[in-house]
Amino acid sequence: MDRSLENGFASPRTESFPAGLRVLVVDDDPTWLKILEKMLKRCSYEVTTCCLARDALDLLRERKDGFDIVISDVNMPDMDGFKLLEHVGLEMDLPVIMMSVDGETSRVMKGVQHGACDYLLKPVRMKELKNIWQHVFRKKIHEVKDIESYEGNEDILLRNGSDRFDDGHFLFGGDLSSGKKRKETENKEHDDQEYSDLSSVKKARVVWSVDLHQKFVNAVNQIGFDKVGPKKILDLMNVPWLTRENVASHLQKYRLYLSRLQKPNDPKTSFCGIKQQDFGQKDPPASFAHQSSIPVHQNSAASCSFGYSSNNLLVQDAGSEIHEGDLKGIISFLPVKEPRNALNGDLPSPQKGNGSQISLTHSFGSPEPDVSNISFEATIPQKHAWSREVPIMQLKQQPKQEHKPYGYTLLPLPSQQHNIQAESLHPGPSINLGTSITERDKTSPFEIKPLCTEYRSNSIKNVSPTAHIIDPLQAEKKIVIPQDFGAMSTINTELPSMKHHGFTQHCTSTWESDQRNLIPGIGSTLFASQEELQLNFLQDYAFVEDVELNNIEFLNYQDPELFADVPTHLYDRLKFNNDYLCESTLEYPIMDQGLFIA
Amino acid sequence: MSKLDGWFVQSGSGSGSGYLDDQFIQLEELQDDANPNFVEEVVTLFFGDSTRLIFNIEQALDKKPLDFNKLDTFMHQFKGSSSSIGAKKVKNECTQFREYCRQGNGEGCIRTFQQLKKEYATLRKKLENYFQLARQAGPTETACRPK
Repeated sequence: MDRSLENGFASPRTESFPAGLRVLVVDDDPTWLKILEKMLKRCSYEVTTCCLARDALDLLRERKDGFDIVISDVNMPDMDGFKLLEHVGLEMDLPVIMMSVDGETSRVMKGVQHGACDYLLKPVRMKELKNIWQHVFRKKIHEVKDIESYEGNEDILLRNGSDRFDDGHFLFGGDLSSGKKRKETENKEHDDQEYSDLSSVKKARVVWSVDLHQKFVNAVNQIGFDKVGPKKILDLMNVPWLTRENVASHLQKYRLYLSRLQKPNDPKTSFCGIKQQDFGQKDPPASFAHQSSIPVHQNSAASCSFGYSSNNLLVQDAGSEIHEGDLKGIISFLPVKEPRNALNGDLPSPQKGNGSQISLTHSFGSPEPDVSNISFEATIPQKHAWSREVPIMQLKQQPKQEHKPYGYTLLPLPSQQHNIQAESLHPGPSINLGTSITERDKTSPFEIKPLCTEYRSNSIKNVSPTAHIIDPLQAEKKIVIPQDFGAMSTINTELPSMKHHGFTQHCTSTWESDQRNLIPGIGSTLFASQEELQLNFLQDYAFVEDVELNNIEFLNYQDPELFADVPTHLYDRLKFNNDYLCESTLEYPIMDQGLFIA
Repeated sequence: MSKLDGWFVQSGSGSGSGYLDDQFIQLEELQDDANPNFVEEVVTLFFGDSTRLIFNIEQALDKKPLDFNKLDTFMHQFKGSSSSIGAKKVKNECTQFREYCRQGNGEGCIRTFQQLKKEYATLRKKLENYFQLARQAGPTETACRPK
């Protein structure tokens, strides 16, 4: 097995590929097992058969990296095929093909939701089996592209993500008010750990046996899904050799897994987003490029399993350029729209920015089982994000009640302006982050700036400490919150993961183009943004309900302690924010909450 | 070969009189020097395994009230198994049976199961004859699929 791994004779890069593809077939039906074995051998694949799902799991654990792909029947007496799929998804990173005589759409969908890369109907045909190498190949391509180091990169990705995730949780549990200090120390730690973690990841990988996983699930259930954190789980599991990182990593996968199971229009899909945000939080400003690329990796890791990584690739590339952007300063960040277009390619005009965004989201959302529905949901958050571009001035002046009729959806966010100013004020790295945030907000009218200035000062103050730690997305949100004072803050925070993803991607990808477009961007964008604003209004209106749902769900996932003093309901929260708008001192807590919620 | 009359491999739009479908042809195509008796081995496996399944279903049908979920699960297995050798008629009965399960129609289930067993027995008989004849005819003849 080691030999085969080293030689990679099942690797797409060898000449014989796909000959020698190592396939594990799991089916309780002996007849089918025999037939499949024969068929696969005819395809020059290396076949191992197994009539019990549990045996298959043992085999997979025993022979790590001993297989390239798994083909499993859906209905098996000892373990449901979906369960096996879950385990394989959590423990190994192998493509799994499900098969069944049952072609009911709901069944197939379930398989796909559980992460199956394909779903074959019995009787399975030779020509279908001949073609299964594509799943292995696709996965490998994505891995290679995601990270240049080919071997074990998946692990690193996941681990990395989980570390951050984990920390995010830690923060959640902690005292909100001391956020600044804590984050700073964490940054240091993070710096230290960052690379050592990467190198030690492979060794540290844990085999999550059925028993261990069961312990894990029990612990999660005991704690309550909305309160779980790696540390708590670890304590409950009481497994001496297990580290918090192990648990965190597994928890992350588990959440991903669960999120996949959610129905497409279920707000829980925002799960991924939570994680993403968390990552950003603790990232030190210095490693900005690094941070931003990490979320991307995450995406790719997630999408890998679903087979969507094209976006990630782009984003990643962009990520490397971030440093440059930082150095160049504020100006480079200004042109927002260009980046988006670049990402999506086909949307040249600023107005279409929305459209492009949507497509972005869409791609992100696609990992979710039901493509159509999900994409729809995904778009909503995005639009909201854009809706921030709406000129604040009007809204601010309006009484709170006015906002409500429109739905808090009308989000007047002068965030751009604020950010820009903030940048100029604070040359530090944190500022840059803020700027990046701004970027993604479309370049809005500069006239607004003066108006916002007062708010800005507050927000900047609050933001900079925390914001620099946070990744662009989060930073943005924070900044936005103080400014909004109105309905905005809640909405922003609640925006599901997709937005974040989209956001990060934008940021990263944009860097380059931004620099080029700085000057022209400013002028041209102003115009476009107006129109966009109108569009946004409409969109917002339509989507209010969805947003709310997301928010609520989101909160559920969070640690209750965090929100103990914060009303869960949108409306309440809005008020909350409004009340504190005037008081600069109080804003800090709000921001923190925003962070966590985000 | 025409000498094996009474059963057909019928693909797709056949009249429905065929006992076997394309899958059986697939099996024959898989038979090669490495596995000269591949088809027969597979068919033997199928009948061995399905005997157990039929027994399970009979027991489940004896229990009142009927557990349609359980019956459906069993029949799902049976259907999957039948598809392995392309036992077309048996498979059709399985589908019908599961439909009755969904309707909660115990009468229909029992009736269909009787029919299923009949088709199953017929197929078994025919296939036994087929392999016997094939063995007599020798390997060359076996390769020639009867129509």
